[in-house]
This record gives sequence, C-alpha cells and structure tokens, in this order.
Amino acid sequence: MSKTPMKLLAEWTYEPAKIHRGYSRETLYVGLGNKDGNYKFEKRPVSDDMIEKFTGGRGFGLRLLWNAVTEKTKWNDPENEIVIAGGPFCGITQYPGAGKCYSVFLSPATKQTYNSNAGGYFAPFLKFSGFDAMELQGKADRPVVIFIDGDNYKVQIFESNLPDINAYAVSEDLHEYFAKDEADKRTISVVSTGIGARTSYWAGMNFSFYDVRRKVVRLKQAGRGGGGTVLYDKGVVAIVVKRTHFTGLENDPADIKTIQRCGTSLHKRIHDLDDKQCLMRSAGTAHLTEIMDAYKLLPVHNYKFGCHKDIENISSRSYIKLFTQGMADGCWYGCSLACAKGVDHFRLATGPWKGREVTVDGPEYETAAGLGSNLGIFDPLWTIEANFYADHYGLDTISLGTGMAFVCECYELGLINKENTHGLDLNFGNKDDIMELLHRIAHGTDEFAIACGHGVEEARVYFSEHYGADLATMKKIGMVCQGLEASEYRCQESIAQWGGYFLTLKGPQHDEAWLIFMDMVNKQLPTYADKAEALFFFPNFRLWFSLQGLCKLPWNDIEPADNGVRYKGLEAARVPEHLQNYLDIFEAITGKHLTREGMIEQSEKVYNFERIFNLRMGRGTAKYHDAPDRGLGPVWEDEWLARPDYFDGKLKEFGENIEGLSVKEKIALLQKHRRKQWEELKLAVYKRRGWNKNGIPTLATVKRLGIDYPDVVELLKKNLKPEDEFVD
Amino acid sequence: MITVNGEQMEWEEGLTVQRLLEQKKYNFRMIAVWVNDEVVLKRLYSEAKIPDGAVVQVIHNISGG
Repeated sequence: MSKTPMKLLAEWTYEPAKIHRGYSRETLYVGLGNKDGNYKFEKRPVSDDMIEKFTGGRGFGLRLLWNAVTEKTKWNDPENEIVIAGGPFCGITQYPGAGKCYSVFLSPATKQTYNSNAGGYFAPFLKFSGFDAMELQGKADRPVVIFIDGDNYKVQIFESNLPDINAYAVSEDLHEYFAKDEADKRTISVVSTGIGARTSYWAGMNFSFYDVRRKVVRLKQAGRGGGGTVLYDKGVVAIVVKRTHFTGLENDPADIKTIQRCGTSLHKRIHDLDDKQCLMRSAGTAHLTEIMDAYKLLPVHNYKFGCHKDIENISSRSYIKLFTQGMADGCWYGCSLACAKGVDHFRLATGPWKGREVTVDGPEYETAAGLGSNLGIFDPLWTIEANFYADHYGLDTISLGTGMAFVCECYELGLINKENTHGLDLNFGNKDDIMELLHRIAHGTDEFAIACGHGVEEARVYFSEHYGADLATMKKIGMVCQGLEASEYRCQESIAQWGGYFLTLKGPQHDEAWLIFMDMVNKQLPTYADKAEALFFFPNFRLWFSLQGLCKLPWNDIEPADNGVRYKGLEAARVPEHLQNYLDIFEAITGKHLTREGMIEQSEKVYNFERIFNLRMGRGTAKYHDAPDRGLGPVWEDEWLARPDYFDGKLKEFGENIEGLSVKEKIALLQKHRRKQWEELKLAVYKRRGWNKNGIPTLATVKRLGIDYPDVVELLKKNLKPEDEFVD
Repeated sequence: MITVNGEQMEWEEGLTVQRLLEQKKYNFRMIAVWVNDEVVLKRLYSEAKIPDGAVVQVIHNISGG
C-alpha cells in the first residue's frame, strides 16, 4: 500500500487517565452515528460498583453492552455495540499470557450476547493509551478506519482507502501506514475482519501484532460468534491502536516483586518441562490431534467417528515439521509458552492470492481438526491453506469446519445434491470442492454458499425450504446449539462434556468446561452431583481468565512436575500452584486480597449476569439448552458398527436385553436412555448453579452475588415461575 | 479381578503398572497412577506389581481445550 493519505473525517483529543493498580478507570466510547456521519467520542468513568461486580474484560463488556441495548435490539441495529476490554492483569509482561482481550457484542449467529477472546497487542495498547475498554456503537456512512493514537492522545476516524478488506491485507497496510519505519511497526495493533463478513455470520475479528523476527504481521483471532460480521455491518474496516513507549510497570501494580517471583517460577517451569508435557513451544495446541484420536475423541466426518487410520498425517509430529521452530512465538511480551505457531514461506495454491508466499498463523488444534479430520481431510498442507484463507477472509475456522462437515454429511445422505451446491461434489475428503466451497462462502458467491455461511441452524432451514431436505434428520446430525457450531471434540461418550458443550452461556464452545478425560477416561465424576459440581466450578474458574485479560493456556498446559502425584482428584485438575499464582498476582496488581472462594464469586457474578442478559434478549432458558442426537450418541448404523461391542456394552449397562435387536433399534434405544440422562444432568446442573428448573438464576442467587439491580430483578420476576422452583 | 478407573478388569500374575497401561492403551504423556490409594512414581511403572483385587486409578492430567 502506498501511504496515500486517508481522508480525516473526525478527530478528538483527550487527557489520558493514569493507570493505577491495574485500572485506568475510564473507557472510550466511539459513536459512528446512524449512517449520517455524526461521529461522537467520549471518555466514560468506571465506577467502583463496576469494578466490584464486573472486574474487567468480559465483565466490563457485558455491563456496557447491557447499558447500550434494549431487549428489542438486533445484532445489526445501530445501538448494538462491540466492546473490547482487557482487565486488570492485561498488559503485564512478567507473567505469561497477559495480553488477552474480550470482545462482547450481540451476535448474528446466536441472537444473544457473545464474547470472544484474542491475543495480540491491542488490549494492552488500548489500556496504555488510557482506556480499560472501548465501546463502538452506531454505523458509519462509509467504510472507515478508527485510529487510537496512544502516543498523542487522540482518536481519529478516517475514510478507508484500502483496496482489499481482507485481514492480512488490511493489517499489513495499516501497520505500514501508521508506522514511521520498520521498527515502529511493533507499536501498532490492528483489529480487522475480511470479505467473509459481508454475507456470513461466521466472521470473526483478527487482532494483529508485528513479528519483528519474521518481519510480518501476525494475526490472532477472536473468531467465534460473528463479531467480524458486526464490525463490517458498522462500516468499520479496522480499528488501530498505537502506543510506542511502555514499561513493565504500566499497570502501576501494588507489589511488582510478587509478580516477578511468580513469573520467574513459571518461565523456568516452561523451560524445563514443556518438551515433556504439552509441547506448546514446538507444536502449539496441535499437540492434541493424536491424543484425541487415541481416545476416540477426534471429530471425523461430522463427528460420526472418533479416530482415523490416517491420523499420523495430521499429528503433532507432522505439524512440528511444518511449523518454523525456534521462534519466540508469544502473542504478547513475556509469554514464554509461545504457542502462536506459524508456517513460513507457504505458497498458496488457490484463491485470490494463489501463488503468493505467506506466513500462516497456526493451525491450532481446533483448525487441524475442524478443517481437517472432521471434513475427512488428512492433508496438513490443505489444512494450512484453508487456515490461511479462513483468517484472511475473517472466517472462524471452528464454525467453518463444523458447518462444512454438516454440509458434507447432508450431501452424502442425499439431502442436498450437486444442483443445489452449484456443481460442487461435497463428499467428505473431496479437497478441491470443499476448498472451493470455503472461497464461495467467503465471497457469498451464490445462495447456497450464503446459506451455509449463515450457520448450521439457518442453513438447515434453508435446505429444507428450498431443496426439500428433511429437517428432522438435519437436526439430528448438526452439531450446533444456541446458534453456535460445536468446537472440535467428540463429546458423545462423556455425560459431563454434554454439559460442557450444551449447558453453556453461549453455545458449544469448549472454553467453559473441558471434562471429557476427567469424566470418560479417569471416571472422576461418577454421579450427577459430581458432574454438576464440575459444571459449576470449571465454567466459573475458566470465566475468571476472561475478566482479567488472561490466557488460559499457562494455567494448565504446563504443570509442576509433581502436580499429578502431589494432588489427587479434582484438586490436581485445578493445578493449585498456578491457581495460587493468580491469586497472588491479583493482589499484587490491585492491592486487594483474593481467596479461592472470592475468585469463583467474582466469576459467578458475571456468569449469572450473562445468563440473565440472554434471558433479556429472549433466550437464556432451558429450551435453548438442547443437545443434538449426534452429541449424545450414534445416529446411523455405520457409527454403531465402528464400535459394536462398545455400544452393545453400553446398552447392557442400562439392563437392556439386546438379543435380536437390529442396529437401528439399538441406536434408538441408546438415544432414549441418553436423552433421559441428559435431562437429569440438566436439572442437577441448574440446581447447583442456583438456577430454577427453567435454567434461570433465582432471586436468591442474584441477591447473594450482589447483582440484584432493579432492572435485573424486574426481568427475573417476569420470568421466574413457581412451578419451575426446585423443591428440596 | 482388579478395578481400573471404576471398571472391572481381569488380573494376571505379575501384572505391572507398565503392562496395565499398555493393555489399556493409556499412552498420554501426563499420567498419574494410584494403586490402592498409593501413588506409583513413573520411574517405577515397569517394576511396580499390581496385586489381585487392587483398585487402580489412572489419572490423565490433560488440559484439553
């Protein structure tokens, strides 16, 4: 890109707040008007109540979004917001994983709140520029670039003159545009989406950082939930932040020595043990592929099967050879876990950049499985190409993978045909045509591609109405709940993980609870009460990271060498030494003491507030917690016949006499039993969470948590029914 | 018989922890083994004998997603 100046449309200067104990206590509001060029900027104060009840990050995002919208607001209404926030930990450089931010918005895919996280430098730079969060509201009258100049304390809105809105192009162009020279590129971070945001609900947001060793822009994705679709709808091509000078003391912590002590011990542990544990520095999360395959948890052919003979092709051993090794692949300063792996000098074979040599970010496990095994493709080079274009187009690799796997199964079942797909032969494993579908979804080439890009829930209705496909069949096989496609673990043999996927706030995303091994292999959760306890504790514990600006990976993708033998049961899964680090660092930053119980209570406030927010948006009740048949067990004969003894054994455990039953009858019987288990799990979990039988937090719960604001109480009173109360 | 992660399994004379892990195909890197509530250190897997009637817990300390 030449540095042809972009036209300045609006500008605002501000006096930056000084960060104290992890907070600047001010947020940035940018209003884009309603396609009328009426731009507006404000600094807004952060109250004590907001810090006490919502902590930061996702909590701030939800509180600000609640204030901005009404129960009638749709995702593409001007009043919908994208709120981006870090948290009190965000920006520290002494402890790994402290560069995360959360983006919160009303989602086109789920029609309720969504929050999605990413690394990269954006959130720390935003905070160092004086803001704990940024609210973006309204719709611009033309494509714009928003520039937060944290060096000169001004915010500018430019008319975009970028020739290509895809993520790598936009990010490279804007790092170039706003940097004085090569070294200055590292002082910039760009949030963008891509062409996929124009018609697909799967578009996420890419957060950049500049890789000084490779001399390329790297992207981290807040991929899920359609945040990129919202960004595009607002007319925003990119949000840029620039902050040149900062130190490791930018958060003004109360006790830097404690942070340094915790950081030093974790850095040493990563150095000494990562090669023997999770291989995060060499394989990233792709180290999981062969493990999932070995335990029949890898999604293959739209989750029909859990393993495949060609697993070695996409194993960590294969990816380690493809990833450039020896690079400092952290996505924020001080993260020695360095899991942001990349494939350098990759020559693209398809699409608009065919023939170009690029650096590809990833693939991570989810992409290796979603844009690999789940599509019946065991060719890592194909997956890397698909990964690149998904990121470039702004498409979420998980929803894209799960969605296309669903489409492939529909095709193989004859529910849709080649005429419907406009000539694409979408059998599992057909690499050329599936890659073409990816490009078509991104560009919205035809009505079939657009329907696919609206997600499984909308696509199956479209297939039914326009192609005569059987909706009931598609409901059985589509791995979707609350409008969100499932991430890439085959959960059907773990009752607890049914909850980890389908009893969640925002749909089957594994960030709430990942209990498959604990439940299915270790057998540590034998009763419904045990499972419910895990589905109370882990979602709240994991949510805590999203309040602080933290990455979850340094918590348990590296462990003390003796963690597994020193602690037993669920305590080992909590990784007590690392948990204590977080408590110590929280106090060291904020000056406030925090206990284990206090940590969970911090999360519970936001967890329940988010649930109530979804109730406000017309969802958030038990009927939206629905598991598809494929999530609970086999649907077709070939799935059963892949492990006949195993599934026969499961029926016998229920006391069934299976003599003489056909496979089809056995499947129906197993589904019946599991559906009953699902309903029992649901009630046990609701009760443990302090909700009623309809999945709504009770008045006692919100009162205990101090989130009994008048509008919250009024909403609950309208929806809580006496017949839904649990009777002890 | 022994119990492994809550499930019954045939016991054999001289069964070691290492042999059990192979039989069960438990090949994950971060495993902790407890026999009758006593932890068995990894370096002892090939010599640690599992007695008949033992309750064995093989805990996979996997972080996952």
